[in-house]
Amino acid sequence: MVASKKSIIGDWIVVFICVLLILICLLPLLNILARSLSASEAIIRNDVMLLPKGFNFEAYRLVLSDTKYTWSLAWTAILTVICVVVSLFMTTICAYPLTYKKLKGRRFFSAFIIFTMYFSAGTIPMYLLLGDLKMLNKPVVLIIPYCLNVFYMIIMRSFLSQIPDSLRESAEIDGAGPIRILFSIYLPLSAPVIATLCLFYAVGRWNGFSDALMFMNDRFYYPIQLLLYNIINSISDIEITTQEGFSPPGLSESLKAATIIFATVPILVVYPWLQRYFITGATLGAIKE
Amino acid sequence: MILPLTYFVIFKYIPMTYIQVAFKKYTIIKSPWEMPWADNGGFEYFIKAFSNRDFLYALRNTIMLNLLDLVTGFPAPIMLALLLNELRIRWFKRVTQTIAYLPHFLSWIIIYGMAVQLLAPTSGLVNIVLNRMGIKSIPFLNDSTYWVGTYVFLGIWRDVGWNTIIYLAAITAINPELYEAASMDGAGRIKKMWHITLPGLRPTIVVLLILSLGRILGSEFDRPYALGNALVKDVSNVIATFVYTYGIRGLQFSLTTAVGMFQSVVCVIFLFIANGLAKRIGEQGIV
Repeated sequence: MVASKKSIIGDWIVVFICVLLILICLLPLLNILARSLSASEAIIRNDVMLLPKGFNFEAYRLVLSDTKYTWSLAWTAILTVICVVVSLFMTTICAYPLTYKKLKGRRFFSAFIIFTMYFSAGTIPMYLLLGDLKMLNKPVVLIIPYCLNVFYMIIMRSFLSQIPDSLRESAEIDGAGPIRILFSIYLPLSAPVIATLCLFYAVGRWNGFSDALMFMNDRFYYPIQLLLYNIINSISDIEITTQEGFSPPGLSESLKAATIIFATVPILVVYPWLQRYFITGATLGAIKE
Repeated sequence: MILPLTYFVIFKYIPMTYIQVAFKKYTIIKSPWEMPWADNGGFEYFIKAFSNRDFLYALRNTIMLNLLDLVTGFPAPIMLALLLNELRIRWFKRVTQTIAYLPHFLSWIIIYGMAVQLLAPTSGLVNIVLNRMGIKSIPFLNDSTYWVGTYVFLGIWRDVGWNTIIYLAAITAINPELYEAASMDGAGRIKKMWHITLPGLRPTIVVLLILSLGRILGSEFDRPYALGNALVKDVSNVIATFVYTYGIRGLQFSLTTAVGMFQSVVCVIFLFIANGLAKRIGEQGIV
């Protein structure tokens, strides 16, 4: 097909808009990165645009030498790993039986579970329940209460039910039990969906902050997002650093930027690796029985 | 199977029994079953909620912000998907998509942090650029009117790319022969878009539109809480933040449970109406 002149112009317009879009997505991140690497005087003078001025790693050095930040980062990382493992386990053992056509009450269980997606008791009943369970202000409150996401479970179920029944039946004839079938047939085939949910759960936990805000008073267990929120609002942490005398005014600005970068980088690192999977997952999520 | 079911019973169904708190006088020493009934046939706290000015503001803001999100945020990914579909250089298409999906994975706290730094009246990049162009600084986050705009814009910024995924998937399902036939008939790019791609997307658009209509009274917490501040609280307080400040901070459990229950019930009703609508016009439905 010979492309006409008109359609080449069209192509250029499309490319132009896309470049614009890319810039809008990336420029804010670049600016923050530049600020985090800049000398504070330059920030105060409003000189920092997209490239760092007075290049230095002072803000990063401060963040990394402050145990409050490093512990919070480490704690959030630990928390994320635990949550992903627990959530994936729960999601799998919930979704897998629901794909069993012979399971008695399959429809009832599905309805029982999906109902909770549409109607929830709300924040306060959850808060009161967690109080009665003595879970408030304990680390477990950041792991257990939201460890199974119905929507993600449905994604997993749709994926698993695409695996042909004949595979299961032949395994059954060979004498494999349901657990064996799950581990040696279903799970190896569902790498894409596991990778997707891994990303979703991990991002959810890494980015999550409202549960910590509501259910966790112990500052020691604050995840990074909650710490970050307090820092941006300069409630306390930053002031302490700057009042100790060694930091020039404006350093707090590059410190904030550095903290934002620290909270963002893990996501930026994992995300491209999982991208080819999560698109499958996201489209699967649109299909419901 | 038993473990997840236990999970649902404990963390989803047992909290529902606590909804009684909405109809009762809360006391910390008794279980919800034993608490005394509230006045006015148990509806005292619902009456209180609806005569509470903060709650009425929160209700109004929830609806207002969700409607604005819908009007601006709903067509945006459709247009972007059409645009991406026209992109013929494959590697560039992939790069654009990767970058456009990215903001979806940033938390609202991070976005808030970036917004504070970029939009600050004196030191933010955006206002510096505006100043150099001779325009006065705009208080994006500190003035109610601008705040609403910023709130809506950031929502689009975060999710427009992500939401194209489903439309792009729907586009690939369209029969390519249709495009060939149209080219034979001499249809240009725009005509093909209008007569083939858009009608092909119609079912997806309708279902997603109805779904989002059903969510008009739903409320997220992170976004308004993170972006809000004391200067704009007349527009930034939504039901979720109201429940947090009055309930968990202010310990008014009965009042806020009532509010939460009101919201949940209305949401379910909306969703079922929406679902009914979807089925009536011959689409698959969602529930």
